[in-house]
Amino acid sequence: MEPQFLPAAIAAHAPALLVMIPLILSAPAAMITSGRAAWLLAAIGVGSALVLAVEIFLATRAEGAVLSYAMGGWEPPLGIEFRIDALNAALLLLLGSTGFLAIVFAGPSVADEISRQKRSLFYSAFLICFAGLSGVASTGDAFNLFVFLEISSIATYAIIAMGWSRDRQALTASFNYLVMGTIGATFFVIGVGFIYMSTGTLNMADMGRAIADLGANRAVEVGFAFILVGIGLKAALFPLHQWLPNAYAYAPNFVTTFLATTATKIAFYVIIRFSYDVFSINSGLVTNAMLWVITPLAIAGMLVASTQALFQNNVRRLFAYSSVAQVGYMLLGLGMATSLGLSAGMLHLINHAMMKGALFMALGAFALSYGIRRIADFKGLGQVMPLTSAAFTIGALSLVGVPFTVGFISKFYLIQAALDAGWWWAVAAILVSSVIAVFYVYRILVAIWVSPPDEVRKASAKRVPLAIAIPLAILAGANLVFGVWAEPIVAMARAAADAAILAGVAS
Amino acid sequence: MTELFGALHGVNPALFLIAGGALTLALPWHHARKAVMLAAPLLGLAAWFATREPGVYAIIELGPLTLETFRYDALSRVWGLVFLLAAFLKAIYALHNHSRISDGAAMIYAGAAVGAVFAGDFLTLFVFWELTALFSAPLIFAAGTPESQRAGLRYLAIQVFSGVLLLGGAALWASQTGSWTFGDIGLDSPAGFILLIAFGIKAAFPLMHMWMQDAYPKASVVGAVVLSAFTTKLAIYALARGFAGTDILITIGAIMAAFPVLFIIVENDLRRTLAYALNNQLGFMVVGVGVGTPLGLNAAAANAFVGVFYMALMFMAIGAVMHRTGTARASELGGLFRSMPVTGVLTIIGALAMVGAPLFSGFVTKTLVLSAVSYHGDMLVYALLVFAAAGVMELSALKVPFFAFFGQDRGHRVKEAPLNMLVAMGLAAFLCVYLGTHWQALYGLLPFAMDYAPYTADNVIGQVQILLAGTFAFAVMVWLNLFPLRGERTILDADWLYRRAGDGIVRWTGAMGVLLAGASERGLGLVIGRWTRSLFNLFSPAGSLSRIFPSGLMAIWAGVLLAAVIIVAYFSPL
Repeated sequence: MEPQFLPAAIAAHAPALLVMIPLILSAPAAMITSGRAAWLLAAIGVGSALVLAVEIFLATRAEGAVLSYAMGGWEPPLGIEFRIDALNAALLLLLGSTGFLAIVFAGPSVADEISRQKRSLFYSAFLICFAGLSGVASTGDAFNLFVFLEISSIATYAIIAMGWSRDRQALTASFNYLVMGTIGATFFVIGVGFIYMSTGTLNMADMGRAIADLGANRAVEVGFAFILVGIGLKAALFPLHQWLPNAYAYAPNFVTTFLATTATKIAFYVIIRFSYDVFSINSGLVTNAMLWVITPLAIAGMLVASTQALFQNNVRRLFAYSSVAQVGYMLLGLGMATSLGLSAGMLHLINHAMMKGALFMALGAFALSYGIRRIADFKGLGQVMPLTSAAFTIGALSLVGVPFTVGFISKFYLIQAALDAGWWWAVAAILVSSVIAVFYVYRILVAIWVSPPDEVRKASAKRVPLAIAIPLAILAGANLVFGVWAEPIVAMARAAADAAILAGVAS
Repeated sequence: MTELFGALHGVNPALFLIAGGALTLALPWHHARKAVMLAAPLLGLAAWFATREPGVYAIIELGPLTLETFRYDALSRVWGLVFLLAAFLKAIYALHNHSRISDGAAMIYAGAAVGAVFAGDFLTLFVFWELTALFSAPLIFAAGTPESQRAGLRYLAIQVFSGVLLLGGAALWASQTGSWTFGDIGLDSPAGFILLIAFGIKAAFPLMHMWMQDAYPKASVVGAVVLSAFTTKLAIYALARGFAGTDILITIGAIMAAFPVLFIIVENDLRRTLAYALNNQLGFMVVGVGVGTPLGLNAAAANAFVGVFYMALMFMAIGAVMHRTGTARASELGGLFRSMPVTGVLTIIGALAMVGAPLFSGFVTKTLVLSAVSYHGDMLVYALLVFAAAGVMELSALKVPFFAFFGQDRGHRVKEAPLNMLVAMGLAAFLCVYLGTHWQALYGLLPFAMDYAPYTADNVIGQVQILLAGTFAFAVMVWLNLFPLRGERTILDADWLYRRAGDGIVRWTGAMGVLLAGASERGLGLVIGRWTRSLFNLFSPAGSLSRIFPSGLMAIWAGVLLAAVIIVAYFSPL
């Protein structure tokens, strides 16, 4: 690849280094005992991944640019290929930047929530999870993708379970996720097996070509069904989302922040990759699956999960349900099976990372200062923690889709795409779901700003450390900045969608 | 400087106010907040001045819809300017105030009013219309009394209802004409009728006006001042845009101008008195719109323009009195001139502007309306307006300063109003005098070019006659003790419609609900009961959909989905 700003020697291996650095750093992180040093290693790992992601993103900016990196010099399709175009480059950039903000936030938050001797192991597991997610987003090999998926998942189960010191339910939540996640991964690998059986290749681009040549084949169709359901589970496709609310609600705050901004997004990416590039979006199989399975479930998710969010008392659980609903928006864009719809889905994916990042980080700040997580305990927070509350409010308004926030931009494009496809009922569903969002957000905002604070609380206000305040401010600011100056994000989403469609046509 | 103006060309001033308001809500530091509150209107004014050519800016394409968010033309620029100036004055007036919520809400409210004025289509108008409703309500809640809570809710309900009517009417209009553009509407279609009611509620047409007398006097000191400027004037703008020359408006306006006379005589609360006076002012504007000639529309615009300042000045003065003495009741006030001389003098200036004394701003605008009506040739309306000018306006204008600052001394020995209030009132008073003497500047702003000289002999003499007649009437009434000043009570006006009847309906519905619930036990409403219960069972935290699922269930779901995809795949074309 053409080096952009890094030295050529590093730039040439950027795709591999992006995954390898965090993965390798996880070993020393597990060996040392100091939590602080482990945090530093994690920050270095994620930070370097961010730098490399920027490099890769710049390199794939040109239209139709594809980075192909042959792992160990073994040429694809036999060797493992890392294949990056504008679609995964956007994902890697998102993963790197939200991951980096999250790891900065982790400093004080993890120190508060996880016992001293566990911290270095925690960061080690986090690095593995991060490397796994980056791997899923970069690899061009279906089986390798499964491996990275398992790497990230197993590490995720571990870091979710670390929430046990606050609430024992984290253990059940993690175990449930483990069982369900394993089912999903198994489905995925069965699907890959079916396709491998029919095509004899594991390289995804190669698979795409082979499937196109193969024509009608029931085994390949069954393979697609397994893959869609398996990854749909990871992406929290309604009704396979049931692992998510508890996992988000009981995991440590940092883990929730990181997972909410990245994990389901990566799975969403895999769905796009398979339905557009490995299979063809123009085939009757994929179009029908989108129209008859993905779209109804997306809309059901938007409505049901929003309604469930409305009735929650635990704020993190509330936002977890809201996340399921937001995944519904993204899948709705995907389900339209148009270029506009896909780019609207990608746009919402990026924007949702900003808003949920801000929201969960603000919740982390509240938890750090007062250890609260129920709406009833949020009374008067606006007066004792005005800045954090303001950032939270920005995120919440963005979630609703108030103009001048990114939430508005993505809903705007989604509605536009739906109108373009002639899906009036989808517009209605988006609006209804947004109205429900108004209500659940309103409940919290009223508690924060209108209800008077308890006297006890006024006295015991603890300052929010800068390591939380700065990333929170960046995320909240991004919600506003990109809500007004939307072009860069919109262009990024559009380029990603175009890349997905282009790769599908090429194969 | 020129670059700044170049950059601001075509930028909607409402953005600055709304962004400033949002920032104000977020800022925890009093001084920073106040700086934002002062800077935002100034930036808005800069954007107003920077946008020189009329045109439509900031167009947003939303699928098949085109949102014209910044339509700067002869009509909207007048209202835009006056709202921005008013927002600035109010920011000064509120400098001493420590309530973050009411600061921010007032700013966003002002911004929404500006945005609504510059809206070129119904959807944008609707959004800002509802924003004015939502963000004005906190100003009433800010008073913090139980009455203000209830009044605020009533106010909010009515305002939101007006917005709903607006949206409904606009949708009907768009389905008939195929266009969402907010232009001339007229009463030829049912859509026009609905829209007229929507605007009429906000403009406080007779029988729809009670929210104003209900809510304004219960708002906080600053709140009442802010409220007096925007909502109703916005409605006048909407009427001028959509219903210019609609004859029925002349009748409505004349009634609006005349009917408050009784209420002004018997009302004890001075802020409520001013709210009635505001009704009367609005009546003049509605008449101007109804006449619909260029002179008539100019008259409406000019009245709205100067009216904002003298009404604000009056509300500010009463607010200052309330701030110091804690009451706005005529029966508890009096003789304050010795303690608050500056406020007293400024109030008198405001009152003179209000009655339309020559050399004050009211004169140059009121004569416009009277001329427009007399050219139109409707003598009955002309007579009613003269009566209204003499009766209503005079009585309220004389009553407020008289009972607050002169009259019987009730022994209040208080300090002069705070400096920031005096500055704000001073600026408003300056505008009252300046616009009265430099009327060319005012007329130059108006939507239509016109050649009109207010200071002719018959205008001046006529106006002085009205003034003298009104003063005579006032003196007689004071002499005969016809102003009943008794303590606490609420004069129920048309608001019995919803306070009594509405309350009755709610109670009746409540009682029926209880009956129905009883009946549901016996089977009649069993279905309803079951339905709501099952909804709760499904969604509540303990409900079945939110229970911590056994992972087996999800495995089943995964299987079901797999089957679904395979079935779809089976039936897909190969």
